[in-house]
Amino acid sequence: MSATPVQKRDLVLDGLWRNNPVFRQVLGICSALAVTNLLLNTLVMCASLTFTTAMSCLTVSLLRRWTPRRIRMMVQTLIIAFYVIIIDILLQAFWPAMSTALGPFVGLIITNCIIMGRCEAFAGSHAPVPSLLDGLFSGLGYSVVLCLIAFCRELLGMGTLLGRPMPFFGSELWNNWVIMVMPPGAFFTLALVVWFFRSRQGAPAQGGGK
Amino acid sequence: MTLGSEFAHALVVCFAAIFTGNILLTTFLGMCPFLAVSREVRTALGLGAAVAFVMTCTCALNWLAYRYVLVPLGIEFFRFILFIIIIAAFVQFVEMVIERVSMPLYQSLGIFLPLITVNCAILGASLFMVIRGYSFLATVGYGLGSGLGWMLAIVSMAGIRRKLATNRIPEGLQGPAITMIIAGIMALAFIGFTGVLAGR
Repeated sequence: MSATPVQKRDLVLDGLWRNNPVFRQVLGICSALAVTNLLLNTLVMCASLTFTTAMSCLTVSLLRRWTPRRIRMMVQTLIIAFYVIIIDILLQAFWPAMSTALGPFVGLIITNCIIMGRCEAFAGSHAPVPSLLDGLFSGLGYSVVLCLIAFCRELLGMGTLLGRPMPFFGSELWNNWVIMVMPPGAFFTLALVVWFFRSRQGAPAQGGGK
Repeated sequence: MTLGSEFAHALVVCFAAIFTGNILLTTFLGMCPFLAVSREVRTALGLGAAVAFVMTCTCALNWLAYRYVLVPLGIEFFRFILFIIIIAAFVQFVEMVIERVSMPLYQSLGIFLPLITVNCAILGASLFMVIRGYSFLATVGYGLGSGLGWMLAIVSMAGIRRKLATNRIPEGLQGPAITMIIAGIMALAFIGFTGVLAGR
């Protein structure tokens, strides 16, 4: 068992708010910003990512006693890749349209730093159940922020949500902000979200970058 | 296609990857090192050069592996694992070679090399070249162009951030947030290139 007992409540709070992967640690935004111009794509992406994070953390934790330290990175990568391949094949088989829309970004979940970060920082040294929870709630914390960004981008940029026109935003009263569905919109929205949450939290910002 | 026209196509793909389809500013790949290592021009230049070199070579290697190993065997779904292994092995190999050949280069580049293995832009470029079905020459052009484009973005960002260091920025906006806003403005500028090149 782990040396320090870990409170489940802390795990939930850390993943969702106090140590949120996106606005606290600014990790893993690479592979996912590109899909946030449509809410539906984002939901699928987030579900895949949360599944992969949770399952990889669980597996890494289960195998932690038998993994030599020197090659643990490689083992973790292979475990993550294993789950990503499962998702990729499932999407191709049951939802080919979504598989095409997400393009290479499903595969890029492998290099998403959140998963590696959680495996390395938590799952490698804790029992399976807390690791599963940690992975799950880190993934959910990430998903909440991404869905928020996708919500703003789709609503302002196309006047729709999940492909359905919204009142007011879908009507002629609203001029679509095309820039929101283009790449710069993602940068601006993410920056504003990070700014908002960091000032709400009130804690000192940790330098730049990671 | 004749060799000449294929070469021309590769050139167009290369320029398109630098400007109209900049891998960082249009597909957001490689954001983590971009945010973390863009504080000094010199280090940004070193990392950018290393990324450009590794990206060109791994794209070519991955193309060969995909075309001549995975496709004949019918196991294309295995590409994620194979690409990652090839990238990791190549980076390790380059690190060993540089350590033997040139110690100064190793010391200036050494710290960036392990970082590159987990740079999603490298894997991303390989996955894009599979999806777009490039020929071998076009793949080399694409890898080189993406690498140079990434380098261009991180070096200009480092230059801008140096100017920012003396400015007062709201507390919550410091660090990553302001970098992303600048990146957004840079992405806006790069949109201006859209339509200049139709090479995809």
